[in-house]
Amino acid sequence: MLANKRMLALGTGVVAVAMTVTACSSGAVQSGNGSTGAAGGAVTLKVATVNNGQMKDMEKLKAEYEKANPGVTVNFQVMEEGDLRAAVTADVASGAGQYDIVTIGAYETPQWGANGWLVDLTPELQADSSYDVNDLLPPVRDVNSYNGKLFAVPFYGESSILMYNKEVLDKAGVTIPQNPTWQQVADAAKKVKTNDMAGICMRGKPGWGDLFAPLTTVVQTFGGNWYDSNWKATVDTPEWKEAVGFYKQMLDDSGEKDPVSYSFNECLTALKEGKAAMWADASVAASMLEAADSPVKGKMGYAHMPVNKTKESGWLWSWNLAIPASTKQKDAAVKFVKWATSKDYIKLVGTKIGWSNVPPGSRTSTYSIPEYKEAAKAYAPITLDVMSSVNPKQPGVNPQGWVGIQYVSIPEFQDVGNQCAQLVADYLANRGTIDDALGKCQSIAQAAGDKHKK
Amino acid sequence: MTTTTTKPTELEDVPAATATDKRRVQRKELWRNRGLLLPAVIFLILLTQIPFLTTIGFSLTKWNLLYPNDRAFAGFDNYTSALTSGDLWPSIVATVLITAFSVVLALLFGLLFAMLLDRKFRGRALARTLMITPFLIMPAAAALIWKYSMFDTNIGMLNWLFRTLHLPVVSWSTEHPMMTVVIVLTWQFTPFMMLILLAGLQGQDKGILEAAQVDGAGAWRTFTWITLPHLRMYIEIGVLLGSVIILQVFDPIAILTKGTGGTKTLAYLLYERAFIGLDVGQAAAYGVVTVILTIIVATIALKSVFKVFMAGGSR
Repeated sequence: MLANKRMLALGTGVVAVAMTVTACSSGAVQSGNGSTGAAGGAVTLKVATVNNGQMKDMEKLKAEYEKANPGVTVNFQVMEEGDLRAAVTADVASGAGQYDIVTIGAYETPQWGANGWLVDLTPELQADSSYDVNDLLPPVRDVNSYNGKLFAVPFYGESSILMYNKEVLDKAGVTIPQNPTWQQVADAAKKVKTNDMAGICMRGKPGWGDLFAPLTTVVQTFGGNWYDSNWKATVDTPEWKEAVGFYKQMLDDSGEKDPVSYSFNECLTALKEGKAAMWADASVAASMLEAADSPVKGKMGYAHMPVNKTKESGWLWSWNLAIPASTKQKDAAVKFVKWATSKDYIKLVGTKIGWSNVPPGSRTSTYSIPEYKEAAKAYAPITLDVMSSVNPKQPGVNPQGWVGIQYVSIPEFQDVGNQCAQLVADYLANRGTIDDALGKCQSIAQAAGDKHKK
Repeated sequence: MTTTTTKPTELEDVPAATATDKRRVQRKELWRNRGLLLPAVIFLILLTQIPFLTTIGFSLTKWNLLYPNDRAFAGFDNYTSALTSGDLWPSIVATVLITAFSVVLALLFGLLFAMLLDRKFRGRALARTLMITPFLIMPAAAALIWKYSMFDTNIGMLNWLFRTLHLPVVSWSTEHPMMTVVIVLTWQFTPFMMLILLAGLQGQDKGILEAAQVDGAGAWRTFTWITLPHLRMYIEIGVLLGSVIILQVFDPIAILTKGTGGTKTLAYLLYERAFIGLDVGQAAAYGVVTVILTIIVATIALKSVFKVFMAGGSR
């Protein structure tokens, strides 16, 4: 009996250990084998990328590149965003050199560039006039630079816009200007709201990339920000309180009923099903609302992200290709990166896969291709307009110490954003006060900011 | 070629065994038994204790994946921050509440369904298979099914029902996060409890039930005085196994509530520290604290509450 008891205690312990181990081992686990090197002139490039549609198209088109460059083989490792971030961070940070080309977000590029983990692409790209580096959208170039050096090139980019169901708004006699204010949008949402349809759908799911992607832009246009230019956290300011209070009031008055469950995909469904009239979110959503199988195709109107005190409030995000400093095949890698982000590649996608699948938001010239203009006429002009007018160096009212809009490019931000999102979600669900949430968030943010004070 | 007549003489031929001889034989047997168990024990140690030691090692290291070059021995810093951050206690409360509610509810429903399925009726095999299904669905899939087809305010069946009955629509994850998680877990673990209890019910001596009936005991008295005491052992096993499994639950929290509203269990807290904070050292420290707490609670619970595991615990 004693043995039994021990075994059980041990068993329970073992279970808990297993839990611990699975939680902790992720960073250390590395799969796949190292670079095989250039044996006999043959080169194998290993590319780590995220499982978005545009990236999968690139995998389909790699044969074209291999045909044009005999001896080069390109191997793709396609992963979920979270897995990619973990695998690539571990590889690049430790200098293991498993990948020759990695896909990283605009949030990582300046940080990794500053750490010296990435190859500076500026000289190579500027030397090649046919590549036309200045054709890359300037704000996207800004978020991928550190100290004026370009450490990654955008594969595709996005901003945020206001999307609304024209039919519903027309019926209620509401018009949305091209550059609306948040107050106008909140009033419109109240007017078009019915028992069956939310006036506006906004993300409420806790997470730095969920709730805080749009909410940070709201805070910034209300005059607040995460930090001032000296890395002092500024979350417990009146501007934050006003912005977060406004966000909740709008959700309470006319938003979706279960905000904590709602993020991009949920709002997309709600808009398609006619369960929400408006939605301010990533510009890439427009291509999904206009897709052939969408019930609201052709019924949507698009406007700039609503503002309060600033002129623009759209965010800026891009998925980029970068080359880790640890690669042994830098020249071959640069050549591939240039091909995948060139004007010709965009035309290749258009002709081989379809013009509506072209990676958007990377090059200005994309928006003057007639076929693309026709395929994406509902949302291409506004996407280009917003993407070239946002200012990632100072998206808010006051100067900030980093480049980037809906995030703070410090390593701690995903943790800070996540914890604060949970606190704000508690406030959205009426489980806590705004002062309590912002007060706690302030100390979390300050602890992270202290590490970056100079 | 032994016959019954030679047997007594053989027995007499055997020299009287001394106490030491017996002990020697016993010890020999003991070592043989241990030897047979050894591979399994070594395997178990390799698989569980080495990772555990590694985790302890990590927990004493300052190691954030975001600062890969800033890795050093940290002493007990990670433990200090884990214990003082204020995250641990709410997390323990959340874990205990979610586990307790889910286990008790699953047990009650499981008992109900087990009693029903214990009766003979047409299509019993089919009903039993259908009842077990929730337990066979992957936890993440189950949580997604509930999120979209049951809880959703627009397309969920629960809210469709409320609307049809002219009741207000319920925003499950926002207004009742804990209940949301408990409902999904109860749904998933009811079949588990049902299976265990059904096994117990089917092992019940029908003769006793008949005798009770003959003696004039009603259905309720038969149930409370005969069936329930008989089921005690099965209930204990169900509660123990159910608790061990639900204690580590992760999927419904990650998918439905993201740890808000008092649903941040220890498993989810660990995930957040490791995968969002990317702080390996701190996550490991939380893990070690969790293991220590679990062992303490499990030891006390097993010694005092569960009759099955008590010395001489005949029912």
